[in-house]
Amino acid sequence: MDASPILSARGLNKGFPGTKALTDIDFDLRPGEVHALLGENGAGKSTLVKCLTGAMRRDSGTILLHGQPISPASTLEAQALGIGTVYQEVNLLANLTVAENLTLGRQPRRFGLVDRRAMKAEAEAMLAGYGLAINVNRDLGSYSVAVQQIVAIARAVALSGKVLILDEPTASLDAREVELLFGVVERLRAKGLGIIFISHFLDQVFRISDRLTVLRNGRLIATTEAAEVDRHRLIAMMLGRDLAAQEAAHAPAQLNDAPGMLSFRGCGRRGAVEPFDLEVRQGEVIGMAGLLGSGRTESAELLFGLSPRDTGEARDGDRPLSLASPREAIAAGFGFAPEDRKTDGIIADLSVRENIVLALQARRGWAKPIPRAEQTRLATDYIRQLDIRTPGPEKPVGLLSGGNQQKVILARWLAMNPRFLILDEPTRGIDVGAHAEILRLIRRLVAEGMSLLVISSELEELVAVSDRMIVLRDRRHVAELAGGGLTADRIVDAIAAGDAA
Amino acid sequence: MKRLAPQLLTLAAVIVLISLVFPGFLSVEFSNGRLVGAPIDILKRGAPVALLAIGMTLVIATRGIDLSVGAVMAICGAVAAWAIVGGHGLGAALGLALGAGMLCGIWNGLLVAAFGIQPIVATLILMVAGRGVAQLVTQGTILTFSHEGLAFLGSGSLLGVPVPALIWIAAGAVTGLIVRQTALGLLIEAVGVNPRASTLAGLNTRVLLVAVYLIAGLFAAIAGLIVTADIRGADANNTGLWLELDAILAVVIGGNSLLGGRFSILGSLLGAMIIQSINTGILLAGYPSEFNLVIKAGLVVVILMLQSPRLAQVFALPRRAPLARPKEAGE
Repeated sequence: MDASPILSARGLNKGFPGTKALTDIDFDLRPGEVHALLGENGAGKSTLVKCLTGAMRRDSGTILLHGQPISPASTLEAQALGIGTVYQEVNLLANLTVAENLTLGRQPRRFGLVDRRAMKAEAEAMLAGYGLAINVNRDLGSYSVAVQQIVAIARAVALSGKVLILDEPTASLDAREVELLFGVVERLRAKGLGIIFISHFLDQVFRISDRLTVLRNGRLIATTEAAEVDRHRLIAMMLGRDLAAQEAAHAPAQLNDAPGMLSFRGCGRRGAVEPFDLEVRQGEVIGMAGLLGSGRTESAELLFGLSPRDTGEARDGDRPLSLASPREAIAAGFGFAPEDRKTDGIIADLSVRENIVLALQARRGWAKPIPRAEQTRLATDYIRQLDIRTPGPEKPVGLLSGGNQQKVILARWLAMNPRFLILDEPTRGIDVGAHAEILRLIRRLVAEGMSLLVISSELEELVAVSDRMIVLRDRRHVAELAGGGLTADRIVDAIAAGDAA
Repeated sequence: MKRLAPQLLTLAAVIVLISLVFPGFLSVEFSNGRLVGAPIDILKRGAPVALLAIGMTLVIATRGIDLSVGAVMAICGAVAAWAIVGGHGLGAALGLALGAGMLCGIWNGLLVAAFGIQPIVATLILMVAGRGVAQLVTQGTILTFSHEGLAFLGSGSLLGVPVPALIWIAAGAVTGLIVRQTALGLLIEAVGVNPRASTLAGLNTRVLLVAVYLIAGLFAAIAGLIVTADIRGADANNTGLWLELDAILAVVIGGNSLLGGRFSILGSLLGAMIIQSINTGILLAGYPSEFNLVIKAGLVVVILMLQSPRLAQVFALPRRAPLARPKEAGE
């Protein structure tokens, strides 16, 4: 098993405007191993894969294939070198037949025309050994996603044959289909291929992987034999809880005993998040922790009325609260800075000023415009207060860096003076400086009496700012930690508990 | 104004081009208490497309499109003629026609906003069915009338200026003012650029969408009234035929993106006038009428190519390429 690596990377760096996606990554893939790549969203997994496959240009570092430096400029070039990739969404053509998909671009020809018989034979030969009994002359789209995945793998293996990268291949498969896929992966491993496996499902990672590499914030956290690490340590590595200094900064004694302001009882939505209770007191930060897909964002969207709850009730003091739409939530004094800034947050073509006044203007209604001078005053105010780096309020917000876009969205909500602000991953993908400023801002807002719900994958930072912590697992609120019990260790325990069962 | 420079230049170029072929093109005279001349004719004949373009601009700004406005013109013209012929009076005729137009707009808006049907499909329904509705109103005939009050809308003039020209100029000015002096313009642009983020910011996206289709329906009704009044009869088959396409073209020539977002009503109105200048110019130049559509298409292709960003890049490269990127982009 200790063969020399088939594919390795040394000192890989990649930066995007406003953030560093990969910092000095070393990575080795041995022949005949399944190597899992783990990390939360934005950890750098897909950036690493894209650098390896030439889909993205690295800034510096070397990539070696069989000890020879390579520099693929495109996925096609990487494929020719021997590195094939299969993505979560099958990128084959559903309206062509399986055989056509398998031979696309190099169909056998006879007298200048496609030789259908030879094509069928070749396709069947390619699929031999995958344990698939399918008719290669039927449309690929008529088969299940699992079969399509395997066809995609067969094509990738036939075209490349040394390294296979599987990017979230099991995300939309059921348990039986996952086994079918893993059977194929095991067979390819036995044939000596090096396989990189990206997945969020830890059970599957432990089931199939020989080694695993954990990334966080674009840095290599560890590469280890899968057998030598347990679930608890793995989660701890993914979420990060090694900043003892930061934890000390948190004073767990300050238990907020203000009376409840908002209360949610049995709020849930089928398929999104199980019914949960939540009490929000004035001037407190509630943290929300959990792995990707655990129902964190779904909980936030429910509270904000974006996807209305189908069970439970919300109360404001002793009055019932209707939260059927974001408009109602905003009228009740809520604000929500979503996780995906680009698609859910900013209005890219509009200026910084227009983005900042948008929610305020929406509440006033179209007929009562905020005077232009007042808009400019608000915008310049927040640009100064939050230190938004822009040449001026009239700059289209889409041209700013991620951290500054996030600040513009925060400004939009601060201008509304909300009493309950939900921040979903407020520090994701932004540079270290802006990061610290946003954490400072959170503390300041709470000191001024605002209540916040902060969702984050950055455990240590979440522990540092939160008064209480809700832990989610499998779309369920499984634990609430507060006071002395609020430590990163306890959170990891709560997240890992169910997975182990 | 700077943003509209290409449209103004295009209009000037078209006028110069026509003047070369037809020297008397720009002359305007005052006779019989009316202004007469090709420019006045363009202002009058361009009224339907200009009116449609105002509504179409708002619809397109929300990343939508309204294919039904031509058919809505026919419906509203038919309703007005029916009311006049039935002796219900001018007030009822106008009220019913405008009401019918707004109803059509609400129908389109609901299909788009409440049922989430793609705008091109949603409005296609009324585009096809609308002429049928108009025919039902006219009972298959061309419903003629002789009512001077209604005819005044199409062929009358005020202080020498044709009434249709006054109507579209006033409609454009009022809409432009309302949109820019209230927050309506900002909200429409926000919905057009990013509907989901707009909803999250508390915008009432659905109501806004219904509103823009309603406005488009209202202006289609006014356009239908003008055409019907001008020919003193409601022709369900031909009123507003293909004008929705001219209106979309006017919006595009006006520099507005079909992808929604930033919009300029003035730009669209200039676009409408460019189209009408071409129409009138071809007629005046005396080409056989079978050449009209082909020449028009050729000119439109040239205009759109001159406006294409890619072409602008090619020509701008030597002068502006080394422009340093602003600082914040590199952060």
